[in-house]
Amino acid sequence: MALLEISGLKKSYADPDGARQAILDVPAFGLEEKAQVGLRGQSGSGKTTLLHLIAGILTPDAGSVRIADTDISALSEPKRDRFRAMNVGYIFQTFNLLQGFSCLENVLLSMAFGAGEDRGRATALLERVGLRERLHYVPRQLSTGQQQRAAIARALANRPRLVLADEPTGNLDTANGREALRLIQETCRESGAALLLVSHDADVLGVFANVFEFETLNRAQANAEVKR
Amino acid sequence: MLGRIVRRSLRQHALSTSITSASVGLACGLLLSVWVLKDQSRATFTQINGGFDAVLGARSSKLQLVLNAIFHLEASPANIAWSDYLEIQKNPNVALAVPIAMGDNFRGFRVVGTLPELFTKTEYAPRKRYLVKSSGRLFDIGLREAVVGNFAARKLGLRRGDVFHPYHGLTFDEKMQHAEEYVVVGILEPSNTPADRVIWIPLEGVQKMSGHSTTAATELSAVLVKLKNPIAGRTLELQYNRQGDRLTFAWPIGATIAELLNKVGWFENVLGWVAGLVALVAAGSVMASIYNSMNERRRQIAILRALGARRQTVFMAIFLEAVSIAVLGAVIGYFFYLVLVWIAGRVIHGQTGVLIDPFAWNWAMLWAPAGLVALGALAGIVPGLKAYRTDVADNLAPTS
Repeated sequence: MALLEISGLKKSYADPDGARQAILDVPAFGLEEKAQVGLRGQSGSGKTTLLHLIAGILTPDAGSVRIADTDISALSEPKRDRFRAMNVGYIFQTFNLLQGFSCLENVLLSMAFGAGEDRGRATALLERVGLRERLHYVPRQLSTGQQQRAAIARALANRPRLVLADEPTGNLDTANGREALRLIQETCRESGAALLLVSHDADVLGVFANVFEFETLNRAQANAEVKR
Repeated sequence: MLGRIVRRSLRQHALSTSITSASVGLACGLLLSVWVLKDQSRATFTQINGGFDAVLGARSSKLQLVLNAIFHLEASPANIAWSDYLEIQKNPNVALAVPIAMGDNFRGFRVVGTLPELFTKTEYAPRKRYLVKSSGRLFDIGLREAVVGNFAARKLGLRRGDVFHPYHGLTFDEKMQHAEEYVVVGILEPSNTPADRVIWIPLEGVQKMSGHSTTAATELSAVLVKLKNPIAGRTLELQYNRQGDRLTFAWPIGATIAELLNKVGWFENVLGWVAGLVALVAAGSVMASIYNSMNERRRQIAILRALGARRQTVFMAIFLEAVSIAVLGAVIGYFFYLVLVWIAGRVIHGQTGVLIDPFAWNWAMLWAPAGLVALGALAGIVPGLKAYRTDVADNLAPTS
């Protein structure tokens, strides 16, 4: 059974002149439990909007997002927040670590919003991503590669069923990008989480057996292309 | 979890945290000081009477008489005759009458002539008598001996056995030295009353000091009067103030001082308003410092929300940060209060001999910090609402 089911998902934004601009129109998309899928799309094509809708950060204009039988688009905002904390891990291009907090505290804080703080698991996750010696370092004391590794540990803190990765290698050099990608795939596999990774980079997506073209998936973009 | 977020944020914004909490602390300390000094000085000054109910002196205002004879502050209006003392002493309603004569000083501290009864028969406060330190004794009325108030002795460095020459007048002028030599035979234990600032010598010493007019030998500055019952005060007041025109009977002492304090009450109110305004400005600075940093905090708030924090959680994080700054300020406020009251207390003690106790309980010690914390909490609402309304998606840039 599919972990993630998207159906008739639409999202638009208001133009400066007030007109609605359709940004997303995904008739159907799904992801199996523990699957690892890549989504290729150009910058600005609406990939982040799709991930935000899946995570419940945004609500759709129409359609539904179901994760493990829960229609999160129908949940109230507090319930979506709670659901996201418990079930969805998010890895950002710019890491988005909390600057005043150490690596360990970043992971613990994520746990505090979800399943509850577990210092042992937080430490183990950070050790797993190679930050054993950097547990108490704050983000500015870490290299970009180390920051993204801390963010990977944080995304897995609450044993999520789904991990969303938005251009996770976009701010890293090739070697660190490759390492981050390896860690994301391995740790998701180890924790039994499904992974949906979006990127514009063919090299990054080359490691995935299943890669979807976002342009094909998103009718809003296809229509825009036709109009052009 | 909220505690950790607040602690980290306070540390991240350490400079503005320090400045704003210090400004809250200053406001809190100022409010507390104004209130405690106002209440304590009112309570203390109206209770100080040296153990007497009234002062009899030359025709003048009651206030001038009390300030001069009890607080040793004002100049003496004029002298009264020895017979006036004898007359009131014989009055059946009078329990004790002690004459005092003044007009000299030693390096700015008043030299006051009196009788030993002031020390032996008077309780300056309930169950408290002026005591001479164990190594000394009271002056002998027939000798040129002095008992020195505790504060005066400390300031002048006088010890038992020291010898000094009084100076003429109530203000120190080194050219006005009297020829007489007085020996210090005792130092008073601290009484925290104006008596601590006085050098006490036998009455005759002042009356017959070289250079004083010959009439001074039979004159007094005032008579301190203790009544047998309070009602007698009204009779004597009528007798001296209404029927006579030569003398003034200042009674009751506490009410006379309260009248003075009421007259300067507007000044206390102004200080109170100033302290209140400082408190408002401090609360405003808490709001401004957090509000101005909201732009840089937006991303952090968006990250927290993306991790699953609810809107109420990020509101509370900002709100509690403002409360924490105010609480920190209240703690600093106690420190400022102690410093301010210590300084003011030293000035008051130096000028009047009255001791202000910064640790004596006053409800302001509770409501002033609590009020500041409440203002801080109010100041946290606006930036808290801004955090509440922060759009997550817009602030999780960049997008792809």
